[in-house]
Amino acid sequence: MTNLTDYLKQERNAAWREELRKSKKNKERTTIERIKMPEADPGERSRSYVEVNSGLTHEQAVGEASRCIDCANPTCISGCPVEINIPKFIKNIECGEFLKAAHTLKETNTLPAVCGRVCPQEKQCEASCFYTLKLKKDPVAIGYLERFAADYEQKSGNVSIPAVAESNGIKIGVIGSGPAGLAFAGDMAKFGYKVVVFEALHEIGGVLKYGIPEFRLPNNVVDVEIDSLKKMGVEFETNFIVGKTATIDDLREEGFKGFFTGSGAGLPRFMNIPGENLVGILSSNEYLTRVNLMGAATTGTDTPVMKGKKVAVVGGGNTAMDSVRTALRLGADKATIIYRRSEEEMPARVEEIKHAKEEGVEFLNLHNPVEYIGTEDGKVKQVRLQKMELGEPDESGRRRPQPIEGSEYIIDADTVVVSVGVSPNPLIPQSLPDLKVTSWGTIEVDPDTFQSSVPDIFAGGDIVRGGATVILAMGDGRKAAASMHNYLTSKANS
Amino acid sequence: MYKVVSKKFFSDNVVSLDIEAPRIAKARKAGHFVMIRVDEKGERIPLTISSADIEKGTVNLVVQTVGVTSKKLAELEAGDYVTDLVGPLGQATHVEKFGTVLACGGGVGVAPLLPIVEALKKAGNKVISVIAARSKDLIILEEQIKEYSDEVVVMTDDGSYGKKGLITEGMEEVINSEKVDQAVIIGPGIMMKFASMTTKKHNIPSIASLNTIMVDGTGMCGACRVTVAGKTRFVCVDGPEFDAHEVDFDEMLSRLQGYKDQEQKANDDYSCVATKKRK
Ligand SMILES: Cc1cc2nc3c(=O)[nH]c(=O)nc-3n(C[C@H](O)[C@H](O)[C@H](O)COP(=O)(O)OP(=O)(O)OC[C@H]3O[C@@H](n4cnc5c(N)ncnc54)[C@H](O)[C@@H]3O)c2cc1C
Ligand code: FES
Repeated sequence: MTNLTDYLKQERNAAWREELRKSKKNKERTTIERIKMPEADPGERSRSYVEVNSGLTHEQAVGEASRCIDCANPTCISGCPVEINIPKFIKNIECGEFLKAAHTLKETNTLPAVCGRVCPQEKQCEASCFYTLKLKKDPVAIGYLERFAADYEQKSGNVSIPAVAESNGIKIGVIGSGPAGLAFAGDMAKFGYKVVVFEALHEIGGVLKYGIPEFRLPNNVVDVEIDSLKKMGVEFETNFIVGKTATIDDLREEGFKGFFTGSGAGLPRFMNIPGENLVGILSSNEYLTRVNLMGAATTGTDTPVMKGKKVAVVGGGNTAMDSVRTALRLGADKATIIYRRSEEEMPARVEEIKHAKEEGVEFLNLHNPVEYIGTEDGKVKQVRLQKMELGEPDESGRRRPQPIEGSEYIIDADTVVVSVGVSPNPLIPQSLPDLKVTSWGTIEVDPDTFQSSVPDIFAGGDIVRGGATVILAMGDGRKAAASMHNYLTSKANS
Repeated sequence: MYKVVSKKFFSDNVVSLDIEAPRIAKARKAGHFVMIRVDEKGERIPLTISSADIEKGTVNLVVQTVGVTSKKLAELEAGDYVTDLVGPLGQATHVEKFGTVLACGGGVGVAPLLPIVEALKKAGNKVISVIAARSKDLIILEEQIKEYSDEVVVMTDDGSYGKKGLITEGMEEVINSEKVDQAVIIGPGIMMKFASMTTKKHNIPSIASLNTIMVDGTGMCGACRVTVAGKTRFVCVDGPEFDAHEVDFDEMLSRLQGYKDQEQKANDDYSCVATKKRK
């Protein structure tokens, strides 16, 4: 993409950037140690819902920003799914222009305060930072800095509301209010469309609200972003299941000219092993929804939750880490991860694994449950485990776990959270027979335009990718908005 | 916010509410349910839509006061609002002309039975309904059920109304005097278990409408899972109706008890607060 390269070069040649580069020798920059994120004490935080990472101070942020040498060829950007102009925002932080840094982020990222907290930076931008690639040193803390700038803007009370084009009166429906839907809605509003977001649940935000816990992503951080969208004229209808409350056809009749499906991969998978339906065994979606969406841990709310003393969580992703750490906060004496591969293959963010360990979570890696054993009245009391070893790599490139014969043994557990993945939400595909879906149940779209087999329906996020990430969902939403805008414009002109 | 348009008590602890929800009223079919959250602190619970008025844009829900949420619902007056109402959810009842249908409703299960009885009757079936409860004051919707049934048998455990005996006794009586082609069973778990044993004995195809614990009602959590024909199914999206003879009722009954302790405590706390409020 030459445009991007040219744009980056131009920006890098700006006088203030040149001056800043000269102000400090690279040798000096590269000797600075990477900043450690200030964190709440593990003992205290594991019994409360305070946010674990407290965020960088101004001085810490400026110091960390000065490590970035503003490379001529910024490899970090190619590691970012939405190609944030990383050096530009970091250099803005270095010279104290925190609001400008936030604006730079928002050029390409609709939800920087969220992404700064939940992106797997160690696999993306930070993995392709000059420090990682060439110096074999700790990368610039791009994620911490992203969060810093975005938080600064949120706290400044000076959140910039993007300019919105004059209304073109065209109604667009968005199905689902997760990161894909929100990003799509924001961009379409900017183009001048009248956007209505339909959400099945009573809260807006998708996984950001019902899944990711408060100690990792406080709700108010998400709410600020939703407020901005409302100020841009985006309307939200909660308690509205497209395909049930009204069909796409009903909505077409009501004048909607295009739809974006960001309905996510919200269906929990189970393992179908004996005893899995015993009382006390639940999906991570159920566990986290009870606590995060329904406030089950707060006094005065009506929704109950299992407060197990010995909690086992099956899985190695972010959802498993969120569940096991929630178990501690609900008062578990013992909280254990059971994962069938080794730590190296864990899909969870590295930081979440580190935090879980600090908080006292036990890890039974290379283990897999094969059976649950219950009490007479049908409650789980034990898990039969099998030890695993790693064999040849499978299609995902990770080494395939294989059971070790005769290695089975039993551990006690009064609550088990199953967190072994999710499947696409089938509601929209089921209600639209013409919509092409893959054998996995994800919606088939053109990889460039995100248009589905039904021309007025576009789709993105987990409903297209299966369980993926916030940043990919958001990127999809933005690309789909651009191409739907193209599609509708060329249709109107033809 | 969804407005309560009217409210009436069927008995001391069974209340009927009409709530404004025009889209749901229009889209719903027999067998569908809604998820309701009374207030900001409330839990989400499923309730079957027992009838709807498209013109007025209302759905009718019949609630037995058992837990905190149903008590809160019963305390609402016309003009009050519930915070959230979403639907219609679940698969609609499969309605066709079977011939003679035995419709069995236990306790408050008569409310979800009503729209099904209506639909079956309208599809040209001969409908014989057996409705049962512990005692006379717990028999609900008898008049409405009568309207769409060719025959109604009322059973009470204590004999205070209709015939004395369990629902299964009333069912046997019908089955012995008439060829039944299909049965529909709705009520408390334990009643459904025994009622489906009865129809199984007589080889009568039967469906049961299950009332498991739910959180979202959209297939997202698996709280509602049951075993049917050896396979795990989600009641909120695959059901709520299943082949009664294939349902593992014992597992369902034990899963229904999952939050009993917490529910009991919440109930005590709520009664305590409510009593204080009244004083
Ligand atoms: C516990 C947990 C932790 C995670 N942690 C991370 C992390 O640290 N980093 C990261 O990058 N990713 C993480 N993920 C993954 C990430 O959250 C998802 O990839 C992302 O949210 C997908 O966004 P989406 O917009 O496609 O869908 P979702 O966020 O799933 O939103 C879909 C929304 O659509 C609604 N909906 C569905 N069907 C309908 C319908 N018919 N009508 C109306 N509304 C409908 C749903 O109710 C839901 O609110 C995590 C996921 C979970 C569950
Ligand atoms: S209630 Fe959550 S999946 Fe059925």
